[in-house]
Amino acid sequence: MTDATISAAAKGRFLTLEMALILIGIALLILAPFHFYPVFLMKVLCFALFACAFNLLLGYTGILSFGHAAFFGGAAYFTAHAVKEWGLSPELGILVGVAGATVLGLIIGFFAIRRQGIYSTMITLALAQMFSFFCLQASFTHGEDGIQGVPRGHLFGFIDLNQPLNMYFFVLAVFLIGIFIIWRIINSPFGMILKSVRENENRAISLGYSVARYKLAAFVMSAALTGLAGGLKAIVFQFATLTDVSWQMSGEVVLMTLLGGIGTLVGPIFGAALVAALENYLATSEFPVTVITGIIFMVCVLVFRRGIVGELYASRFGKKLESTPEN
Amino acid sequence: MTASLTNTAFGGGQSSPGAGDDQGSRVVLSARGLRRDFGGFIAVNNVDLDVHHAKVHALIGPNGAGKTTVFNLLTKFLQPSSGTITLLDHDITKTDPAKVARMGLVRSFQISAVFPHLTVLDNVRVALQRPGGLSTQFWLPMRALDRLNERAMELIEAVGLQDARNNLAADLSYGRKRVLEIATTLALDPKVLLLDEPMAGMGHEDVHIVSDIIREVAKDRAILMVEHNLKVVADLCDKVTVLQRGEILTSGDYRTVSQDERVRVAYMGTEHE
Repeated sequence: MTDATISAAAKGRFLTLEMALILIGIALLILAPFHFYPVFLMKVLCFALFACAFNLLLGYTGILSFGHAAFFGGAAYFTAHAVKEWGLSPELGILVGVAGATVLGLIIGFFAIRRQGIYSTMITLALAQMFSFFCLQASFTHGEDGIQGVPRGHLFGFIDLNQPLNMYFFVLAVFLIGIFIIWRIINSPFGMILKSVRENENRAISLGYSVARYKLAAFVMSAALTGLAGGLKAIVFQFATLTDVSWQMSGEVVLMTLLGGIGTLVGPIFGAALVAALENYLATSEFPVTVITGIIFMVCVLVFRRGIVGELYASRFGKKLESTPEN
Repeated sequence: MTASLTNTAFGGGQSSPGAGDDQGSRVVLSARGLRRDFGGFIAVNNVDLDVHHAKVHALIGPNGAGKTTVFNLLTKFLQPSSGTITLLDHDITKTDPAKVARMGLVRSFQISAVFPHLTVLDNVRVALQRPGGLSTQFWLPMRALDRLNERAMELIEAVGLQDARNNLAADLSYGRKRVLEIATTLALDPKVLLLDEPMAGMGHEDVHIVSDIIREVAKDRAILMVEHNLKVVADLCDKVTVLQRGEILTSGDYRTVSQDERVRVAYMGTEHE
């Protein structure tokens, strides 16, 4: 059993190292708004949460959804409507967005998990497009205009979110809670079954797991967390538009996740930051944004297929951390 | 090797020793008039099969005879076009495959079926999670699974993989993957085991190891196996059913079957003696 104790000790060392990295990351995020434009940072955090929620499905269950924009944009609409028309507080508005995304996730997931691989992906795309068309036609979304001028309001009735720093720390808190939930799901007995489904679906069935139920549960969880990101975004930017439900948005989250590293917890965060930063800085330059991100995406896929963080884990540094709870 | 293959390691020993003979003749899995069409092609036709408790039953036949299709039908990975299947006195003709597995009929696959990017320990633990009631808790930490470790290690040691318990299954040799697969299957304490070519692609030594494991496991379980290695079949199996073009050619003990002229022509021919 000496082996076991040694590996436990190594694991303990790793946990402290991981802890240190996490604390440094959180410290940086707390200091960041004093150096960077808070709205940009909030955008990054919203998309990072979106990408992590998406990765829960792609990286840990092996289902590629091309319809996550429906949950992201849908939640943005629901939250915006609830806050602006019903006068709900921002935190309740976001919960309305999460609830809406959960219901959408149940519907789309119910059909998508019936097939595998590309067929499942196409079902998510088709249903998301239907939802996108619904958003174009429905009266509460105001068509091409979207829902504009959503009030940020007061969090819990007394924290004024119109103050940029208040808003930022609220977003940061929601982001950290969201990431914690995802981390917990991945590193749970349930997460273990998801991984086994990803690894070998037929084998999981032959061990007696009703795989469809686990897939649907993962799909709904991913949709709900995506809704959290979408609702948050509606409060931050104070609008909800068709952009967020369009298929390009679904594509963008795939891009972010692949760039950062599928099946790693923090990869999508870096992927989202990279894409958002590129869009931000290239927007004012002469270069066309989509061409540049396209080239970067190609280079990434060709040169480091595991994504930025995935390559890091596979490197010598990462090898030392072999027993990471993420794998 | 065999010394460690105790009944307790495989979780058996529930039946009282005295009832051995009685149990031995008990049919646990049976099929009647099993048939499966693929379009116009009849892959399996009119197959009757009885698998007995504590017996090893071999399903043999030339390539394309429909052996794997029969497996898929029995485990409900495929729905039969007609016929009935009974498992432990329950009609499972319309039951879904995961439910069938939960009822105690567990299969292995022709291509080794492990979870490649999980460790050996995790592979076995995944199988133990469901019976242990630890498969839906998304709010619990991974530590919650540690209480399965003891049982998992028993199974891993019983098949001789203890030195590799923290390795990824993908890094194991082919033979050891198959052995891991058997350990994972046994974790469910199945009543009936369907093994699809458990020895395929194995070296001599591994064949012996797996033969020993199967013999040990069969003391308290029914086993139906597809196998091409006739020496293994002769050694291990109490009953042999020969399948040809989707239909049963003959059935009986190895001696009778191997001397059957039709079987010699159809399958064994000059291959064996």
